[in-house]
Amino acid sequence: MLSRVAGLFSGRGFNIESLSVAETLDPMISHMTIVTRGNDQIIEQVTKQLNKLINIIKVVDFINGDFVDREIALIKVSVNDGNRSELLSIINIFRGKVVDISLDSYVIEITGDEDKIKAITTLLKPMGIKEVVRTGTVAMSRGTKTKG
Amino acid sequence: MRLKGAKILLETLVREKTDVIFGYPGGAVIDIYHELPNYPSLKHVLARHEQGAVHAADGYARASGRVGVCLVTSGPGATNTVTGIATAYMDSIPLVVFTGQVPTMLIGNDSFQEADIVGISRPCTKHNYLVKDVEELAQTVKEAFYIANTGRPGPVLVDLPKDVMNALCEYHYPSVVKLQGYNPTIKGHPGQIKRIIAEILKAEKPVLYVGGGVISSNASSELLSLAHKLSIPVTTTLMGLGAFPEDDELSLGMLGMHGAYRANMAVTNCDLLIAVGARFDDRVTGKIDEFAPLAKIIHIDIDPTSISKNVPVDIPIVGDVKETLSHIIDLLKKQDKQKDRKEIRKDWIQQINEWKSTYPLAYVQKDVIKPQFIVEKISELTKGKAIITTEVGQNQMWTAQYFKFLKPRTFLTSGGLGTMGYGLPAAIGAQIAFPDRIVIDIAGDGSIQMNIQELATAVQYNLPVKIAIINNGYLGMVRQWQELFYQKRYSYTNMDIAPDFVKLAQAYGILGIRASKPKEVGPVIEKALSTPGPVIMDFVVEPEEGVYPMVPAGAPINKMLLV
Repeated sequence: MLSRVAGLFSGRGFNIESLSVAETLDPMISHMTIVTRGNDQIIEQVTKQLNKLINIIKVVDFINGDFVDREIALIKVSVNDGNRSELLSIINIFRGKVVDISLDSYVIEITGDEDKIKAITTLLKPMGIKEVVRTGTVAMSRGTKTKG
Repeated sequence: MRLKGAKILLETLVREKTDVIFGYPGGAVIDIYHELPNYPSLKHVLARHEQGAVHAADGYARASGRVGVCLVTSGPGATNTVTGIATAYMDSIPLVVFTGQVPTMLIGNDSFQEADIVGISRPCTKHNYLVKDVEELAQTVKEAFYIANTGRPGPVLVDLPKDVMNALCEYHYPSVVKLQGYNPTIKGHPGQIKRIIAEILKAEKPVLYVGGGVISSNASSELLSLAHKLSIPVTTTLMGLGAFPEDDELSLGMLGMHGAYRANMAVTNCDLLIAVGARFDDRVTGKIDEFAPLAKIIHIDIDPTSISKNVPVDIPIVGDVKETLSHIIDLLKKQDKQKDRKEIRKDWIQQINEWKSTYPLAYVQKDVIKPQFIVEKISELTKGKAIITTEVGQNQMWTAQYFKFLKPRTFLTSGGLGTMGYGLPAAIGAQIAFPDRIVIDIAGDGSIQMNIQELATAVQYNLPVKIAIINNGYLGMVRQWQELFYQKRYSYTNMDIAPDFVKLAQAYGILGIRASKPKEVGPVIEKALSTPGPVIMDFVVEPEEGVYPMVPAGAPINKMLLV
């Protein structure tokens, strides 16, 4: 299923910025969250082409802030006596966690929406980021509406 | 009753009312072939190349409206079907292609004759399956047929590992198929239908732009009704030829890159364009932002992705064409007080007739046979009764222009993919569907060599397909482009070295006849039609004739090259 969706995007020249997929409560059904970019006409085509796929049950277009989105990033930062306390206070402010410590680096786990991940990455860059791995965004509609 | 996978497959095909399988055996499918003779209701037609098998199933499907079925082996057998599958995919033809596969435990191991055909065919099938468990086999086959033949039709591939074909399980033919993610819309939205009717009744210069969807939906009589009720002229795409009788006074002929002058002018000047089962393909629209610039656009199509894909549509309606047109006609009967619109339409029709007489389709013939003459002669001598297949290129365009198509499912051609080598195997498939009808493949000397090996199949099953080779010694259409836009540099389009087609026919044990002068054309065609069995006609024609009108790439369709 994943290859079908990925193939659809690449075959038609649509861009995938991030993609996240896993089982739902029903093990026969997976939930996929895709972040893509394009004008109205392109998004309309993307939505219709996805709906056309036989295995796709429903497509929801999250726009206009009517949703909650989160992503996890693991960031390996260079650490030394000079930046250690500043690093720890940044992590605290962003409510991140240190999940690994070594002589010269920390691995930070941070959860948040796209803006938050971008913000902490910007702040940590001057200290020296060794590696960043992100899960890709997952999203859910706000309020009592469910996706069905 | 516990059955082997191979038997379950064949049992299910019988229950799906399959009567022909086009195939080519191999190691991975030998178990299926071993069981096949136990099912006499499943006739098997042996092709000579898997591509030929798929094109034959395709021709069978287009001519009959039924699902075409293929059976080929793994590895190269499967990869050889890809062009045929892509051809069917682009033209929305219902096929189910069964490919053999190595045993499940060997998949992914670079085994002998293994190919990831599910991966390879993913972009060019409507859907595909790899059957990993024999318990899923019957359900999968039933689903495959359902998907192929509903909504917008398309090819479905089912990959069958050898061990699954030998595994046993209890056979249950599923009574229903229900796919959670697949529910094509058949009935058009009533609100949209009302809007459509309002626009149609207001329009002064309407045009019906009709595509292959009308034929898939078997909606020709509804189309005829609607066109005549409101006196709306009708133009068809290449895929729509035959949907509307070309001898009808409202017929504009084909539109687009090689369409008739009056068709392209009518579309450019109309105030309402009603697109029915067509997809605004680039061969039709020319320069998109100058396509039908004065018109409101209505689009009736079963596939939502076709609507507003290239051209923004004012009133879209998703639904089955036959259903939707019937609905429109019913509402019109209740609503429309004016019975006869002929008076209102008089000026528009007159303008169209002026365009028709200003630049009619024409050619000049002296001592050398002109290709257009051959097409006209075949049209005249078969009197609307033949099924015509074509190859691709100039032969295809001249046929589309000069042959008078009166009924749907009489013109079988590779439109979307433009596959040379399509015509001969497709003619074989059509002849299998209709053994008593005249089937003619109009080919070029280049195209006919691409699947010439299928002649053996025609001979084996005594299929009286007639092959008309328009022999100009060139890869004609490419040569025309080189002549017009590439300073006549005929780079690698010279096809002088070719077999003597008359001798080639004799090598296959069939009649081969040649015409090199205009007065020989009629008698050659008549001889072919009255000779039993397959016949090759080799027509030696003017080498550098062009297809006109032509809309150059990037130009709007009202700017045609006329000579």
